Amino acid sequence: MADGFEPRLTAFVCNWCTYAGADLTGTSRIRYAPNVRIIRFPCTGRIDFMLILKAFEQGADGVIVSGCHPGDCHYTAGNYHARRRWMVFRRLLDFVGIDVERVQFAWVSAAEGAKWAQLVNEVTEKIRALGPLEEFRRLPMPGVQPIEVM
Amino acid sequence: MEALRAKARELLESRTVQVVVGHEQGSVPGRPRPVFVRKIEDVDRLVAGEGGTINLAVYLLKPEVQALGRPALVADPAALRTVLQLASENQIRDGALVALALDDGRLTELKDLAAIEAFVAERPAGLPAEDQQRIAEIEAMSREDRWTWWLEQFSRCLKCYACRAACPMCYCPRCVVECNQPQWVPAAAHPRGNLEWHLCRAMHLAGRCVGCGACARACPVGIPLDLLTQVLARQIEADFGVRAGTRAKADYVLASFRTTDKEDFIR
Amino acid sequence: MADARTLRRESLARWFEAIRAAGRRILAPRARGDTTAFEEVTAPSEVAMDCVQTTLSPKAAVFPRCEELLRYERQGKDLRVTDPPLQPPETVLFGVRPCDAAAMEVLDAVFSADPPDRFFQTRRARTTVIAIACTQADAACFCTSVGLSPGSTLGSDILLTPTDGAGFAADVLTDKGRRIVELCPEAFGPAVAAQERRAVLAQVPVRFELKGLSDRLAALFDREELWVDQSLRCLGCGTCAFVCPVCACFDIQDEGTGRSGARLRCWDSCGFSLFTLHASGHNPRHLQSQRWRQRVMHKFSYAVGRLGRIACVGCGRCSRACPADMNLADHLQALAEAK
Repeated sequence: MADGFEPRLTAFVCNWCTYAGADLTGTSRIRYAPNVRIIRFPCTGRIDFMLILKAFEQGADGVIVSGCHPGDCHYTAGNYHARRRWMVFRRLLDFVGIDVERVQFAWVSAAEGAKWAQLVNEVTEKIRALGPLEEFRRLPMPGVQPIEVM
Repeated sequence: MEALRAKARELLESRTVQVVVGHEQGSVPGRPRPVFVRKIEDVDRLVAGEGGTINLAVYLLKPEVQALGRPALVADPAALRTVLQLASENQIRDGALVALALDDGRLTELKDLAAIEAFVAERPAGLPAEDQQRIAEIEAMSREDRWTWWLEQFSRCLKCYACRAACPMCYCPRCVVECNQPQWVPAAAHPRGNLEWHLCRAMHLAGRCVGCGACARACPVGIPLDLLTQVLARQIEADFGVRAGTRAKADYVLASFRTTDKEDFIR
Repeated sequence: MADARTLRRESLARWFEAIRAAGRRILAPRARGDTTAFEEVTAPSEVAMDCVQTTLSPKAAVFPRCEELLRYERQGKDLRVTDPPLQPPETVLFGVRPCDAAAMEVLDAVFSADPPDRFFQTRRARTTVIAIACTQADAACFCTSVGLSPGSTLGSDILLTPTDGAGFAADVLTDKGRRIVELCPEAFGPAVAAQERRAVLAQVPVRFELKGLSDRLAALFDREELWVDQSLRCLGCGTCAFVCPVCACFDIQDEGTGRSGARLRCWDSCGFSLFTLHASGHNPRHLQSQRWRQRVMHKFSYAVGRLGRIACVGCGRCSRACPADMNLADHLQALAEAK
């Protein structure tokens, strides 16, 4: 584990619940780890599994995915579809050797400002303990590392 | 084999079908290849399909083959499961084909989807022991070793898309990798592009793969990519109680849900 | 200017060492599971000498599966575009078959058409081709039908012909070849009699008449039923084009973000359904039969007019690798004999 390593987290969250919840965290003046970049989606059902991979490829050490609690989806069922998708995708990630602990899933409602802060803090510490994600350094990025495959 | 040829002759002569999609002797002994018999005099080219590497159901959705007319499909159990899965995805109408099921050398004519369902139900397809063994070996590796192993497998990938071409379930006229606004999955054969392709394909087949293995047999560089879809198929059956290729009417597992789906990793 | 010598098998290791000590990498057939491809080797023991033909061709050494053409990087408000450093290592391709060596000449013709392709030419200039003549062939081989043979020297810098179990006759054909021999001259002995060599070469039956083939094919262009019949089982993947030592169609892919990216060149195949899709949405080759016809016509008819040669060397890889068993020699024979 590198000294002074600051985890870089990407969060994919739904607009109606978790994003609003994160807003509440802010308006409530609750301080939490600044390591996360939050990306807003209309619904967790819109989160393509490839986005998680691409976040890792572009330098994220950990990913948070969060939305409305089951039964509370603004679009009625988006989060149910998301849940199934994540159950399947997680299995695939594990099978090819990606640490599934680096992707954390949660239901955070618009009222759960405190939960959002706690979630980010916990995930930040978890990823800090896991260390920087090294595996994806073996996948050269265009313009950043040379790409030639014989 | 004689029963197959006799049946083919009968179906063609009565014009019940216009083409019999089956196997003929190929370039390599013991490896029959697809044949499309339209004339009675060609019926004798039909042979049993053991050792064939193609899932013949892949031809059912090809416009070039559909143009030949109503087909009879010489089908092993995997091809029959494929027909059911394609039907559940509204790609095949009931009565669109006659299936000539070949199982253990015995021929059974299946005239509609209900008959195919019943036939398939009597032959539950578990994961072959060899595949179970290979999956177990991979799962026994440490996570880091698994990653290294899979990257090494994917490093051989040429992006020839033989896996996609051989898969009957990959019938999108424009595959995700062929869309470039945006280029969501890289088309080039570099490590990231190969990883993204194989993971994306596995997910797009999740709950749809019937385990025919044609993809892995088609791969010119021997990547065991059928293991990816098989692992997901097993997980889906465990989590959601469904398996592809069992019913002619079924919901796509990732487009449906139960409020009681259970997982243990969402806080 | 050919210079004939002998090379004993035991001397190969010493020669390899000398080549590597001189800073050159050696690419040779290596087995990986059930397939073989040209990969870096350090010693002759790593070379899969006994395969009739490798699964993948050596063209990747001069025409990689994926390479950068340019890079860009945002620096403040500016966008900096740079050429990637094109410094391929000096390479010796060892254990190439005479068909693959001949394929290098076809690639030379393709990539020297105006404007000359410096990516290919830089790599090609630094590649020395050491071929081993064929003492065995299989049913997929058909080099003799396209004007080549198991002992052909076309495209080779050095041709090694196995004489008996113990060694090779070595024909040093070019200056490039001579330079590699001079790295370890003690590994070589004086020439052997020509008759001895011819006896060990594989017999490859001629499958179809080459003379007039390109015109005969042109006359068959509109015979749709022929092309449809042959291509019904074709799945439209890129395997044949990618394993072929001659096929050189490529795609340009721009990849990157707002911060940085690269323009890449990667292999493409005329067999893909969207290969000729126009921006308008029209696809002149929307049926597999049209794409199959294109493949055959390009290699056996159009190339003769454009490059002065058949764009196929009869290596048989396409037939061996094709998942649907589209045996090219069989199809060509049928076309050549079509009424």
